[in-house]
Amino acid sequence: MIKRFSREYGSVYVLLILCAYYTFATWSVQHPTTPGAARELAESVVEEHGESARVLIIVRDKPVQDVLFAEAASEALKARGATVVDVVTGDPRGARKAIEKAGASGVKLDAILTHHYAAQWGPLSREHLDEMAAEHASLVGVRIHTPKSYMWSNFLTPANLGNVMNQNADVAIIAIGMTMVIITAGIDLAVGSVMAFAAVVIAVTIQRWMGGAEASTVGVLAGVMIGVGAAALMGVFNGVMVTYARIPAFVVTLGLMMIARGLALIMAVQYQADLSGGATKGTPESVNITAPGFGDFASGDLLGLPNAVVLMLVLYVAAHLVMKHTSFGRYVYAVGGNPEAARLSGVPVTGVLIAVYAVCAAMAGVAAIVDASRFVGGRPSAGDLHELRVIAAVVVGGTSLAGGQGKVFGTLIGAMIIAVIQNGLDMAGVQAYEKMVVFGSLILAAVLLDQVKKRWLSGVPSKWGAELGGVVVEVGGDGSVAGGDGGGGGGDGGGG
Amino acid sequence: MPDTEATTTATETPPVLSISGANKSFPGVRALHDVDLTVAKGEVLALLGENGAGKSTLIKVLGGVHTPDAGSIEIDGEPTTITHPLDAQRAGVSIIYQEFNLVPALTVRENVFLGHEGGPIRLIKARDERRKTVALFDRLGVRIDPDAFVHDLTVAQQQLVEIAKALAIDARVLVLDEPSAALSPREVDGLFDVIRELKSQGLGMVYVSHRLNEVMQIADRVTVLRDGEHVATKPIGDVTRNSIIEMMVGRDIEHEFPKQPATIGEPRLVVEGLSRGDAVRDVSFEVRRGEVLALTGLVGAGRTETVRLIFGADKRDAGTVSLDGKALRIRRPRDAIAAGICLLSEDRKQQGLVLDLSVQHNFALPNLKRFAPLGWINHRRESSAFTGYVNQLRIKVTGPDQLAATLSGGNQQKVVLAKWLQRHAEVVIFDEPTRGIDVGAKYEIYLLMNDLAAQGKAVVMISSELPEVLGMADRILVMHEGRVTGQIDDVANATQEQIMRLAVQ
Repeated sequence: MIKRFSREYGSVYVLLILCAYYTFATWSVQHPTTPGAARELAESVVEEHGESARVLIIVRDKPVQDVLFAEAASEALKARGATVVDVVTGDPRGARKAIEKAGASGVKLDAILTHHYAAQWGPLSREHLDEMAAEHASLVGVRIHTPKSYMWSNFLTPANLGNVMNQNADVAIIAIGMTMVIITAGIDLAVGSVMAFAAVVIAVTIQRWMGGAEASTVGVLAGVMIGVGAAALMGVFNGVMVTYARIPAFVVTLGLMMIARGLALIMAVQYQADLSGGATKGTPESVNITAPGFGDFASGDLLGLPNAVVLMLVLYVAAHLVMKHTSFGRYVYAVGGNPEAARLSGVPVTGVLIAVYAVCAAMAGVAAIVDASRFVGGRPSAGDLHELRVIAAVVVGGTSLAGGQGKVFGTLIGAMIIAVIQNGLDMAGVQAYEKMVVFGSLILAAVLLDQVKKRWLSGVPSKWGAELGGVVVEVGGDGSVAGGDGGGGGGDGGGG
Repeated sequence: MPDTEATTTATETPPVLSISGANKSFPGVRALHDVDLTVAKGEVLALLGENGAGKSTLIKVLGGVHTPDAGSIEIDGEPTTITHPLDAQRAGVSIIYQEFNLVPALTVRENVFLGHEGGPIRLIKARDERRKTVALFDRLGVRIDPDAFVHDLTVAQQQLVEIAKALAIDARVLVLDEPSAALSPREVDGLFDVIRELKSQGLGMVYVSHRLNEVMQIADRVTVLRDGEHVATKPIGDVTRNSIIEMMVGRDIEHEFPKQPATIGEPRLVVEGLSRGDAVRDVSFEVRRGEVLALTGLVGAGRTETVRLIFGADKRDAGTVSLDGKALRIRRPRDAIAAGICLLSEDRKQQGLVLDLSVQHNFALPNLKRFAPLGWINHRRESSAFTGYVNQLRIKVTGPDQLAATLSGGNQQKVVLAKWLQRHAEVVIFDEPTRGIDVGAKYEIYLLMNDLAAQGKAVVMISSELPEVLGMADRILVMHEGRVTGQIDDVANATQEQIMRLAVQ
């Protein structure tokens, strides 16, 4: 059971090792600012100062978490009968004013409830408070309360992990389609460009034909569908060129990679030019989407997970089910393993290939929705070099470029490995150029580890494996190294 | 001719190759158990056994692909350790595998000297190498242009290049693994001439083959393995075809060909005027209910090409195919399969199976309509159908998830059979169904053909093995250069010579 899991999803160990490493590498003091910590702190304030305590709450105006912290503290204090004198969500100046006001009121202030970050402000320093106490008797003996700090990892926090997944959701989504393409022994280099193309199509459609700022929900949905559909059509084009025209996928998608990027830029420039009424030539800037609430998708969450991550997970589960439980999934593996045998077994090879490229491009279209919502516009520069990240995710996830083998969830793990590596490097403060070197090396190391593990797991060939002269390619019959290396060619020669 | 007794009792000249007590285990399997083998100078030893008997493992131990767990190897009486293919080469052991190790895009000469160019500066060497290559072919008594590209050669010629390559490194022992599998009868005769020539030059040879007729012709002694153990080594004069088979399977096989004639009815598959270029020219025939029609001839006569046209695997220039009086529109294999025709192709590994897929998934591939009517696979139905065939056909698998690549040839063929039987096709076309598979599995495939015929199906069998053709067919069609050159209705009284006359014209 474990052995089988290891064979299929071995890269999960790499992910765990990476996570463990980063957890320790980013081990440092944590200053909680969560509502939970606020409630706990309120309890201890009441315990110390009694239920009649009068408390001033001071937090920053950003991030949103601070407001939640203040609200939670205020509620908890009031629930225990304490008085909340004032709630400051702002800057040091606001804090100073509030403290002055509390002092001037003449009623005794028992405590200031805040967190580590606001506690660093000048007005909250011991010296300043002592000064104030000298002026206002009501401030004598006021105590500052902050949640207890503790040691924990910067990496291993729900916020960071959610962020890691959210930032890479688009790559992970495209990687679903790429996994299928690579299982058929193909490749799609165009995904990054197709994503940009789809993003611009979505933006232009919504802005131009769906009413822009007045666009209805249906209009927005229609724009999104048109964008994904346009991307899927590009995939169909890839598939047709690969099957009917018999052009290698590498070449076809390399061509489309440039075509799609070019089209995205042309559309964006044209849109900008039209926007200025032909006054300017237009620049390849993002096409802003003014439809109300368009950005809410990317910024919102569901059950504590960012929407993009939820969408990604849903797509992964769906793709896994398709690959494991449907005829189509079986066909994909069969076509990748041996297209001729598949054809002779009645598999519609051409149809499967076209479908697979269409799905891959459609996934780029879905990623475009995420990107367009995140930037509230269609960026013709979106998805630059995404094809490489996506392919890296698939390969790191254990799918063989030779085709016939691979698992969708393996790719999810691969995408997370890549996301984690990137996030860890950011946290460690590695410089951009060095990051490229480290990133590339880590990807190679991850794949190498996987290879070592595979060899270790499979061990020596079985009795039957040994009996099959045909599948043993590891050696030249006469031992000549060069001949052995040409094994693929040699095999062709013998196949006649 | 060396005295066969002398080779085992080691007189003045030690055997050129002697293996004793070879043991090799893989996890869960004992592939070789105390196997002994000797080859004298100028002797051809036939190494026989069913698939899985340990022949290939033994060869790979010799070739340095596998390191034995125990046992010793002596070459010319010298104890030798072989742990790497290069060791084997230095020791003078050359193995010619079924799949050649030639680079198709290089010339014959370049292939012969591949890895032995002797330094980076090759300009001056070319003439020298060319001369040496010609000399090597002279030793073999054949003519092949040293400057021809390997991909332009026939399989038989490529094999000779492999042999020349072995001689170029002074091989003293030559192991030929199923050397005749891809050769036509005439080419096999040529190979035998070469082998006799090499015998006279004192080479020791190990000849691995399933074709017992050839073994009886060319071998001096036979060594039979079964389940990784040495069963017997006997001079060829002391054995018969049947006694060899009995040693191989370990039980009596009464008849090699268990033909059970079925009642033959009306024509089912009717093929008319089938043509494709020069490969298939105006081929017409019919196959009747309950009939086994053998399609024979030399390799390259157009037999495989003909059935591929029927199956829609290649595009035809002309011709019609009908089943039970209904004309079929077949443009691709999918159409043929839907119409009730199935083809068990001759090349299982390339065309019959997806080797990276599990056996069960291979089995299910043409049957997914049944297991997944709406696209969603009913795994329980799939695995119960597969288990049924595993039991019925006695397929040796470790489980439904075993990869097809790791099965023996006979079991691979059974998986292919199972996947087509599940289709319940009306026309079953076998292309060289018993090539490369062991005696036991062959017998079971013959029984199955009987079954299919008895069920009223139309069975077509392509075979180059004339005893098989004569033993199993109800009617024989002989092809030559893309045309049907003759038909033999009275199979019971037909002879191999009669077929060969039609096959070579």
